[in-house]
Amino acid sequence: MADSPQRIDRPLSPHLQIYRPLFTMMMSIVHRITGVGLYFGTAILVWWLLAAATSPSAFEAFRSVAGSPIGLIVLFGYTWALLHHAFGGVRHFIWDFIHGFGPQERVLLAKASLAASVALTVILWVVGLAVKG
Amino acid sequence: MVELTLPKNSQITPGKVWPKPQGAKTLTEFRIYRWNPDDGRNPRIDTYYVDREDCGPMVLDGLIWIKNTVDPTLTFRRSCREGVCGSCAMNIGGTNTLACTKGMDEVLVKGVVNVYPLPHMPVVKDLVPDLTHFYAQHASIEPWLQTDSPPPEKEWRQAKDDREKLDGLYECILCACCSTSCPSYWWNGDRYLGPAALLQATRWLKDSRDERTGSRLDYLEDPFRLYRCHTIMNCAQACPKSLNPAKAIAEIKKMMVERQI
Repeated sequence: MADSPQRIDRPLSPHLQIYRPLFTMMMSIVHRITGVGLYFGTAILVWWLLAAATSPSAFEAFRSVAGSPIGLIVLFGYTWALLHHAFGGVRHFIWDFIHGFGPQERVLLAKASLAASVALTVILWVVGLAVKG
Repeated sequence: MVELTLPKNSQITPGKVWPKPQGAKTLTEFRIYRWNPDDGRNPRIDTYYVDREDCGPMVLDGLIWIKNTVDPTLTFRRSCREGVCGSCAMNIGGTNTLACTKGMDEVLVKGVVNVYPLPHMPVVKDLVPDLTHFYAQHASIEPWLQTDSPPPEKEWRQAKDDREKLDGLYECILCACCSTSCPSYWWNGDRYLGPAALLQATRWLKDSRDERTGSRLDYLEDPFRLYRCHTIMNCAQACPKSLNPAKAIAEIKKMMVERQI
C-alpha cells in the first residue's frame, strides 16, 4: 500500500537486565545448568567404567585424575548437580499433580529441595570419605 | 531464541535529569525508560523528582504528576486507575505490575522508583509496548463459548459447582504482566503462547458449558505452544490480580495426560 507507514525499527524493552531475580526463577535456571552438567558427569562415569574394563594402568590413570584436588572438586560438584537435579525432578513431579503452586508453597518447595541437595551431598561425601578411610 | 543481551538499537543510554520541583519538602526520585520513535536515538533513562505532598501515593499518581507538571512528552497507557483495566502494566522496581495499584513506597530500590516498559517487547514509545502479538495469541485460543448442541431457549445453564471451577481464571484482565515476566516467553514468545493466553485456555477448557475441549487440547498439544512452560513461576509472582497462571498451565498438562489414559 502506498500510504502504509514506514517500518519503524523498534527497540526491545530490557528484560534480564532489569528483572529482579526471584528465588523460583533462579532455581529453574540452576535446574537447567545442573541438567547440562550431568552430561559432563556422565562422561566422567563412562570414562571410569571404560578405564576399569580396559586395563589396570588405564584405571590407575583415571584414579590419579579423579583423586587429585581438582578431580575431587569436580566429583563433589557432580554429586551435588545430580542430587539437585533429582530433587528438581521431584518438584516437577509434585507440580504434575497440581500441588505446590501457592505463594508460600512454591518458595518452601524450592528452599527445601536446595537444602536437601546440599545436605545430602555433604552427608554422602562425609560418609564416603569416612568409609574410604 | 535465547539472547541474553539487548540488540544494539535497544541498549540504554544515560538520559536527562529533570529539575527538582521548587519548594517541595518530600521528594521521590523516579527513573523512567524513555524512547521516542521520532528522534532516531537509543532508549534512555530520565530522572524526575516527584513532590509527594502534591501527589497521590501510587506509582501511576507519580507518572501522571510528572506528565502534568514536569514533562508532558512522557508517554504511558492508563485508564481505570483501580486495577481492573490492565492498561498501566509496566515493570516497576524490577517486577511487572500495575502502576495504579502499586504504592511508590512499596517499590523503592535504594530510594528510587525504577519504571520500564513490560520486558522483552517491542516499544511503541516510552512505557508503551506493542501488544499486537500478545493479543493475537489470546485470539488463537478462541476465547469464547463453543458448542455443538443446539442453543437452549434461554441461556446456557451452569451449576454453581461448575461455575466455581472458573474462579481464579475468569478474573484475568489481560494486562500481560505474567507473559512478559516469563523467561520462556522472552526466548520463545513467537511460538510459546505464554501464561496469559494459556490461563485463558484453561478458563475455556474448564467451562462446563463448552463442548470443544478436545479440539482445544489438540491446538495446545505442541512442544512450543504449551510445553515451553518450565514452571519458573515468575507469572504467578507477577500477576497483579493474584491469579496463578503456572497452576492453570499445570492443569492443561494434566488434562493432556488424562485424555490418553
